[in-house]
Amino acid sequence: MASTLSEPQRHLEAQIRWHPLEIAFWLATLLPFVLTPNYLVLASQIAITALFALSLDLILGYAGIISLGHAAYFGFGSYTAGLIAKWGWGEPLTGLLIAAAAAGALGYATSFIIARFRHLALIMITLGLGLLLAEAANSAGWLTGGADGLQGVRMWKLLGLFQFDLYGTAAYTYSLIVLFLGFLLARRLINSPFGLALRGIRENAVRMPAIGAASPAHIRKVFTIAAVMAGIAGALLAQTTETVSLETLSFQRSADVLVILILGGAGRLYGGIIGAIIYMVARDQFSGINPQYWYFWIGMLLIAVVMFLPNGILGGMARLVRLEGRAA
Amino acid sequence: MSVPALATRGLDKSFGSLAVARGVELALPQGERYALIGPNGAGKTTLINLITGMLKPDRGQIFLGDTDITALRPEARVKCGLVRTFQINTLFPRLSALEAVTLAVCERRGYAGSWWRELPAYDDAVEEAYAILVSLRLAASCYRPTRELAYGQQRLLEIALALATRPRVLLLDEPAAGVPQGESAELFSVISALSRDITLLFIEHDMNVVFRFARRIIVMAAGRILVEGTPEEIAADARVREVYLGGTRRG
Repeated sequence: MASTLSEPQRHLEAQIRWHPLEIAFWLATLLPFVLTPNYLVLASQIAITALFALSLDLILGYAGIISLGHAAYFGFGSYTAGLIAKWGWGEPLTGLLIAAAAAGALGYATSFIIARFRHLALIMITLGLGLLLAEAANSAGWLTGGADGLQGVRMWKLLGLFQFDLYGTAAYTYSLIVLFLGFLLARRLINSPFGLALRGIRENAVRMPAIGAASPAHIRKVFTIAAVMAGIAGALLAQTTETVSLETLSFQRSADVLVILILGGAGRLYGGIIGAIIYMVARDQFSGINPQYWYFWIGMLLIAVVMFLPNGILGGMARLVRLEGRAA
Repeated sequence: MSVPALATRGLDKSFGSLAVARGVELALPQGERYALIGPNGAGKTTLINLITGMLKPDRGQIFLGDTDITALRPEARVKCGLVRTFQINTLFPRLSALEAVTLAVCERRGYAGSWWRELPAYDDAVEEAYAILVSLRLAASCYRPTRELAYGQQRLLEIALALATRPRVLLLDEPAAGVPQGESAELFSVISALSRDITLLFIEHDMNVVFRFARRIIVMAAGRILVEGTPEEIAADARVREVYLGGTRRG
């Protein structure tokens, strides 16, 4: 009941209300089914990358915890889902849940280290954890298939009805629904008292203990949630492509998702999603022109965005809208 | 005599060979208004850092009421009712004043860990935060990001954040630092209007303000408590005048 809300509550409510553009955006995610049915495989990979970037946004964009090793949780989820299917349980949904739990357990275990450090030390620690896991997977060839990747992953039909195939219809539907559910969860989380506490940590970590906040507990919690979400993204990739490669754990993937989030705009929920769309489509197009040098253009784009749009593409758009609103 | 609200026993702290606190003994009675004064480098802010747990003392104990809090972490001390503000604004630049104070209220009420309901649903916390902002005359600009507030309003928000934790003992580190002289009296009238349940200790350099708002004064010099007394006693004390005017101090 809007009428029973006090003025400050109404104000807070207005900040978190669904914007018409948001509804339009989610409707637009259905367009690839109609407009570009030949690109549904790409679309599903974009949705997976967007979910991965959203999970990084929770810790980096909201809590201000920088990570250069976020692929550890993506890859861990990916291998977990792949191995379960390889060992004979190819049911996608339960596989997804098990992978989520595994990545969450890894996230929870490492969060005790993460919560104790900040800034440069944290970059090095997350980088180190990521490299550690990638090398462990590389050397455990008997389990992971090493550099050849995990072979023999056979997925059952989704809900017993839809086969993951070369056209990617089932893959995109599945990834998009999971992305949307993950988005709803993230949206609720950041608009909750817990989300406010995370923004408090980002804005001033020194003040938090002085208002009685146990920041390390908040950090452990959000890091675990982000690890679950990253693990789900990784599991989606394993299930929809029916293979897992070492690349899922690589430093490259950690760096890519960071670039995607910064491009799109960190701390804005949609930043990772917009960033994923731009980055993946650009990679698809540029690598068609010149497969070896496409990072050149990504580098140019990154420098331009950081120089001229310090809050990412979404931040720049928001500023444009505000300026226009003032002019009108 | 009843138990003091805040007491320290033999607090020592050194940075290398520099002793910044030497055998500091405090006992603040419940509800009293104290000023902590002393020349630059006397160890006033260090003492607040020691009492609130942001620095660890080398020796000594800190008591809140009759509880020994020496081993508690800073956030646990806040939960016990020992709260501070900062000399240099230590706020949340991109949170609105309402959000920042609501955050502090949520932390106290134990809501800050819950993430399955959205913030406006916690109407008791929002209402309480808003009431604090109204009482400090910040309601009109409480929806704007903190960094856009006028400097004087940011100083008030420092106090609002502290009040949201429901302090029993409040340590104000130069609450009027950087505020023009005319406005600083206004700021202190807000402070002196705070509930008498709160025991107050404030650091301040402006002696007019100190003598007007403090019931008792503690003078620090070189990490020691030099003297404690009523404003009249302090004004008449030869040692205090020497510390402020004399330059070199006898060992």
